Amino acid sequence: MRSNTFKTLLLGAAFIGAGAVAASAGTLDEVKAKGFVQCGVNGAGLAGFGAPDDAGNWTGLDVDACRAVAAAVFGDPSKVKYTGLSAKERFTALQSKEIDMLARNSTNTMSRDTQLGITFTGVNYYDGQGFMVKKALGVSSAKDLNGASVCVQSGTTTELNLADYFKSNGMTFNAVVFEKQEEADAAYDAGRCDAYTTDASGLYSIRLKMTNPDDSIVLPEIISKEPLGPAVRQGDDQWESIVRWSHYAMLIAEEFGVTQANVDEMKTSENPEVQRLLGVGEGVDFGTPIGLTKDWAYNIIKGVGNYGESFERNVGEGSPLKIARGLNALWTKGGLQYAPPIR
Amino acid sequence: MTLRDKTADETPRSWVRAVLYDATIRGWVFQGLVLLGLILFAIWVIHNTAANLRAANIPFGFDFLNMRAGFDISQKPIDYTLDSSHAQAFKVGLLNTIIVSVLGIILATIVGFVVGISRLSSNWLLARAATVYIETLRNVPLLLQLLFWYKAVLSVLPGPRQGYALPFSINLSNRGLTMPRPIAGDGFEFVMWSVPVAVALAWAVARWARNRQATTGQSFPVFRASLGIVIGLPLVIFLALGAPLSFEIPELKGFNFAGGMVVHPELIAMLLGISLYTATFIAETVRAGILAVSAGQSEAAFSLGLRPRQTMRLIVVPQAMRVIIPPLTSQYLNLTKNSSLALAIGYPDLVAVFAGSTLNITGHAIEVIAITMAVYLALSLITAALMNWFNARVALVER
Repeated sequence: MRSNTFKTLLLGAAFIGAGAVAASAGTLDEVKAKGFVQCGVNGAGLAGFGAPDDAGNWTGLDVDACRAVAAAVFGDPSKVKYTGLSAKERFTALQSKEIDMLARNSTNTMSRDTQLGITFTGVNYYDGQGFMVKKALGVSSAKDLNGASVCVQSGTTTELNLADYFKSNGMTFNAVVFEKQEEADAAYDAGRCDAYTTDASGLYSIRLKMTNPDDSIVLPEIISKEPLGPAVRQGDDQWESIVRWSHYAMLIAEEFGVTQANVDEMKTSENPEVQRLLGVGEGVDFGTPIGLTKDWAYNIIKGVGNYGESFERNVGEGSPLKIARGLNALWTKGGLQYAPPIR
Repeated sequence: MTLRDKTADETPRSWVRAVLYDATIRGWVFQGLVLLGLILFAIWVIHNTAANLRAANIPFGFDFLNMRAGFDISQKPIDYTLDSSHAQAFKVGLLNTIIVSVLGIILATIVGFVVGISRLSSNWLLARAATVYIETLRNVPLLLQLLFWYKAVLSVLPGPRQGYALPFSINLSNRGLTMPRPIAGDGFEFVMWSVPVAVALAWAVARWARNRQATTGQSFPVFRASLGIVIGLPLVIFLALGAPLSFEIPELKGFNFAGGMVVHPELIAMLLGISLYTATFIAETVRAGILAVSAGQSEAAFSLGLRPRQTMRLIVVPQAMRVIIPPLTSQYLNLTKNSSLALAIGYPDLVAVFAGSTLNITGHAIEVIAITMAVYLALSLITAALMNWFNARVALVER
């Protein structure tokens, strides 16, 4: 049996079989009742975003998004259970309540945001699609790829952008489409395709997995906007707020220099922004209105760190990927990461 | 018990008992109840699904089939561009599934019959080789075999620039088997039409030969004559029209061969994997069928002076077929359904294209999966119907 189709069928069956659930039943209450957040992550393991480490613990930027929510809800970032999902399965898994939130390097697009019954809560990584080719081909620009065979993963925005890019540049191509990222990786490695395409962040991570990483280069062109971020089901505003503000809290912490190491000292800070973030002071409580405690953001920073720390640890200088902050720098440093104030 | 019933029949309320204990009436009542239950269950399922989808803000409907697909498919047996609709992508996927199933069935049948008969051969080496082949491939999961063949095909074949150049501008590389594409010229349709005519003619000759042999005992080389007609007639017409056929020769342009036709490595790996796997089961079916024909039949044939080959063809195989065909049908159905494993190695079959890309782009999981399941059901039922018809033809007429 094909496990994935089988899974899709099971998910479909969940719609058919599940009793008509009242839409008002809150995800937060369910999560609190079972004692953990069920989080959908990259099943193939995308280093830096969601992949198990040597000890079998999930790590990555997306994994930190899950851990932040668990820290906000339970005060303990380890209260997460992970579901590894393929690109094909991810939205169905969320729709059918198999998972509470999805953090699987998923691009926010209009149709996904409006037609799938899901809502994207923010952007934890601004990405763009790029190409990787074998050095031996002597190609230095994506514009030289006319007639190339391109390996790509099915059910991604990548598959569609690829087609748009070649069409708008009047070039032909042959897509070799695989269901799983690791199958596409292997086929490219075996020489089935001239080029491999996915989000630029993914290219760096996948290149490291090749037999000879130095034989491949990532081309300079970025052909699309890929705002990657967590998603939740539509119709549960409270849960959506929790996931959204967990990300914002990490951004605000970075902006005001609150780190995992100094968060306890920062509790004595005179800066009112920091006081509101950490829930310090009389009547300063932004957690209770969304079903959390007043120290919700303190718990996130204590447990996971601020956005900058998470970025450096997972994909930045502290990781094998060594991706520059670029668009993902804070707005104060010329990037796009910007959080509304806590007020 | 019977005694008591007899006495009860004489009471005034006997008709009630008669109705209550009447097997026919009871049968109808219970069947009616089961049917009612099924209908209620179906209504509940549909209603509940609709309610849940509405609650989850997921639209339901088949309008998405007309939307622009916008993704590429590597193997396109019919016209398909990036601007085609999802419905067209569905057709491409369906055709690709049919292509791999039909070719797979043909290959598996040939290999299966050869190996099955080999396993019964008196040649020790041949029989053992067949046994090893069957026992090895039959007991390894098909998905692993597909991944193995794909890896094997890709690692054996060189890149397009270093590909093996074969005669007639055919080239074999890890981009597939590239060959010239025939382009029909003026009047080529007459050649096409002559093929069914030639087949009908060959059939008539075979019929005439059979009747003649039945009445006079004289034999006629039917096979050679039919072959001559089926190949000869179109060939004569083709030459008479001045050979109206040209070829588009594939040329190495940039990265790949442009023009011509190409058999992708995914299809090659699929066919190798799926037909060699199914062939093991067919081989065992064939062996069982032949062993089911009693040895006395062959001995009787030998004593009549038939040679071993004739004994096999005229006596054993016709009798074995009635045992072979029903399980053979199951193997064909299995092969068709197993072809959906294609998505693991990037072959664009129905599941990969429609239940993969289309499902993800549109998000209509329930509709897409329902259509896909209906298609496999229909394909299986058609295959089964064809095989049942064939079975009815070859089954021994009991007198």
